[in-house]
Amino acid sequence: MYARWVLTALLAWPLVAAAIVLVVPAPRAKYVALVASLVEFGLSIPLWWQFVPAGGMQFLADYAWIAPWGIRYAVGVDGISLFLVLLTTFLMPLSVLGSWSYITKREPGFYALLLVLTTGMIGVFVALDLFLFYVMWEVMLIPMYFIIGVWGGENRLYAAIKFFIYTFFGSLLMLVAILVLYFYVGRATGIYSFSYVHLLANLGNLGTLGWWLFGAFFLAFAIKVPMFPFHTWLPDAHVEAPTAGSVILAGILLKMGTYGFLRFALPFFPTVALSQTVQVVVVTLSLVGILYGGLVAMVQPDFKKLIAYSSVAHLGFVMLGIWALTVQSVQGALLVMINHGISTGALFFLVGMIYERRHSRLIDAYGGIARVVPLFAAILTVVSLSSIGLPGTNGFVGEFLVLVGAFRTYPVATAVATTGVIIAAAYLLWALQRVLFNPLDKHENEKLTDLTPRELAVLIPLLVCIVWIGVYPKPFLTRMEPAARQLIEQVRGK
Amino acid sequence: MSLDLSVPRDLLLALLPELVLTGWALVLLLFVAWRHHTVRDLRIAGWLTLAALLSTAVAVWWLWWNLTQPAGLAGMIALDDFRWVTDWLFIGGAALTTLISFAYLEREQLLAPEYYVLLIFATLGMMLMAAGEDLMVIFLGLELMSVAVYVLAGFDRKSPRSAEAALKYFLLGAFASGFLLYGIALIYGATGTTNLTLIGIQVGLGGTGVMLLAGLALLLVGFAFKVAAVPFHMWAPDVYDGAPTPVTAFMATGVKAAAFAALFRVLTEGFAHAGAWREIVWWLAVVTMVGGNFLALAQRSLKRMLAYSSVAHAGYLLVAVASGKAAGAAAFIVYLVAYTLMSVGAFAVLAAKGRRGESDVLIDDLAGLATRRPWLAFALAVCMLSLLGFPGTAGFIGKWYILIAATGAGQNVLAAILVLASVVSAGYYLPVIMAMYMKPESSDTAHSEVQLGRLGEVAVAAAVAALLVFGVWPNRLLDLAKTAGESVRPPAAAAVPAPTAEPAPR
Repeated sequence: MYARWVLTALLAWPLVAAAIVLVVPAPRAKYVALVASLVEFGLSIPLWWQFVPAGGMQFLADYAWIAPWGIRYAVGVDGISLFLVLLTTFLMPLSVLGSWSYITKREPGFYALLLVLTTGMIGVFVALDLFLFYVMWEVMLIPMYFIIGVWGGENRLYAAIKFFIYTFFGSLLMLVAILVLYFYVGRATGIYSFSYVHLLANLGNLGTLGWWLFGAFFLAFAIKVPMFPFHTWLPDAHVEAPTAGSVILAGILLKMGTYGFLRFALPFFPTVALSQTVQVVVVTLSLVGILYGGLVAMVQPDFKKLIAYSSVAHLGFVMLGIWALTVQSVQGALLVMINHGISTGALFFLVGMIYERRHSRLIDAYGGIARVVPLFAAILTVVSLSSIGLPGTNGFVGEFLVLVGAFRTYPVATAVATTGVIIAAAYLLWALQRVLFNPLDKHENEKLTDLTPRELAVLIPLLVCIVWIGVYPKPFLTRMEPAARQLIEQVRGK
Repeated sequence: MSLDLSVPRDLLLALLPELVLTGWALVLLLFVAWRHHTVRDLRIAGWLTLAALLSTAVAVWWLWWNLTQPAGLAGMIALDDFRWVTDWLFIGGAALTTLISFAYLEREQLLAPEYYVLLIFATLGMMLMAAGEDLMVIFLGLELMSVAVYVLAGFDRKSPRSAEAALKYFLLGAFASGFLLYGIALIYGATGTTNLTLIGIQVGLGGTGVMLLAGLALLLVGFAFKVAAVPFHMWAPDVYDGAPTPVTAFMATGVKAAAFAALFRVLTEGFAHAGAWREIVWWLAVVTMVGGNFLALAQRSLKRMLAYSSVAHAGYLLVAVASGKAAGAAAFIVYLVAYTLMSVGAFAVLAAKGRRGESDVLIDDLAGLATRRPWLAFALAVCMLSLLGFPGTAGFIGKWYILIAATGAGQNVLAAILVLASVVSAGYYLPVIMAMYMKPESSDTAHSEVQLGRLGEVAVAAAVAALLVFGVWPNRLLDLAKTAGESVRPPAAAAVPAPTAEPAPR
């Protein structure tokens, strides 16, 4: 029973809740939103146990939607999307709680948009119909655009429109590619359908057309990841967005790009994706992302921007892991995706919390505050270490798996990527030193207050995940493995 | 029910909707000749117009429901689903225009109920254009519509801008009519007929001489003027800008839709076998999409922006025409429905915002509208997203259908150009939303005079609701468009007997 309606409920409930948030009196909006997102999380928890690792696509629901075009409402979850769905539902209550005192104007609108965004994000991860996927991919744009544009920082209008146009540009080319696929397969089989399974089973060899289509998908996903030359929207959007916006952007929205590669670009166009040219391009861009992202992060005066560039580096690891196509590297890539959501999410929360007290994101504005806010300092240190990838934290497991797995396919590139870990240590530890440990020389910092219970409630679940995945990642890896193996067979087999 | 169009009674029956509307127009004309001074007269005329449109819609529905078929061939009037669907579209557009005109006319002190008579005559012209199986009928419909709209454009007699718009529209429109008529003359010279079916048969038999192609080219120029396709769009921004805003809405939707419907019928029924126009329409579509979007990007005034954006949308519609086939026709109808709804919605909000004596509403003047008038801002935001072609709105379904038609016809490059042009359009639709939601209002009284009127609110609410419903559940609309699209098809040379010979000279 649960298996049949859970995904639909996960998609529908936030929309209902958003409507409720809009009608209750404004001061109650955040309470309703918190309860709604907790209910959403609660609904999604049984997925973890009910999921059968070797069961392929599960929790399927499939209904006709726009019949004249063969469009169906088809959703399902496998070992790749399960964790992304859970990550989404897990981060949403935290985001609501993290916005508690940060958002002071037009609260109902903000929380309603967060909930609509939840639907869009889950929709992207569970859609098994390319039309539905495209719609969801676009639907999540509007709430994010408003969240950045209305509640963002000083330069928010610029950041919002840049974010929108970059994504919109990529996704529209993908739309044309989807339509070309639809007609290509439709003419070959006589069945015109946007179903993922149908398209995947009947694609065959596309020849040169495959290159064009792959290019369109690649552009859409590469912008979202973001890979190196397409990353310029990211620092603007991350920095200007309110805390919850940054957390969701980094935690979930970026994963849509890598998810798109895993779900669509690789299985649809294996010959193109594994051709020499594409491999060289992707691996080079990933390496550039890792190194360039790290080096640029090092010189940022703004803590939020530093984290933003560190995302470019982390996602470089994910791309490397995906393209290496070994079981470990793909598992590692999936794990880095989750870890990045947890660690970077936590970092953005922490920066947001200190910003609320001091109204500055500049690293130079702080110094020596470990003496004033010891709890904050301790948590920031743990989270930074997990982001660096210290053994015993989640970051280590993911990046280690990526490097081990990728070494078999790309030994040289992997060796270069390893230096990225060192760079990460350099920029984060250096930033920690300047924020937490140097002499306490600015008297504004002397009166900072330490974390409140509400803020601890946001951070402790994240810390638990950091340690859990760091010490005992097996439950995660067993659920991922069959899906990773299947993906590799699918791609290598053709 | 089968109608033999050579029998007068059946011909009258086939023209029932047009006759009903004409009857109402005459009634209204008598009424306004008698009473045309007070606000009350204006309101009565408005309600009569709505009644006229409603009864015409019922007449259309009655003919449609009885599944009328022409018995003979090569009549002057079409009896196909395409006609009924487009008729409904014109009637709907005119009704929405009427609803937003009530408050506007009163506020601008345009106490002349003749406005509604002209509106009805223009609608009548449109219906004839979409129904014409004969170039002469199409031309007559076009003239009937155009003359009424020339007057409507200059309806604000106190405003020099309105007069300028009317004059410009009249002069350029007259030129366009000239081109069209010359084209018709050349086609008649080449084929000996103005009937589309007969022309289609002749062209199918291989008769594509230079004279015919020249006629076709002139015909295309004439229609390109009417739909404001680049490079024949020069009149559009000035005319749209100067005309009273409800009239602009009417021009951007109804006039354009009628010209497109006629163009589509002419090309599909008459010239399906003359491939030459496909290339021309392809290029027209490309330059119109690119030109319209980039010109719109440079606008500060909301009305001019919408004017240029309507040029861009003409480009999207041309893509559907260039794709040809039934899918193209269906896509074209769905897009026209969506476009009518979103344009009327956007122009209605603009009409509400433009205060007396200040018709230049800059996009930045909308700043903070969302805090003062949340529902109005929401309506405009939905219209903007729909114009942008965002999922969840009817605009997206329309654009998606056009893309399906284009890729289905193998026009992948055209589809790619369309989506890239859409990305550009985000650059001017989004600032509207941005201004309303993300910028503070300039003063406390910035939006105090925004007035839409009760009926205007009904029109906007209906348009927005329809946009959202069709955006999520378009199945019925798609079915309707599909049958309508399939009903317009080139005459099959084998199935149709050769035209009857001229009576032998005595």
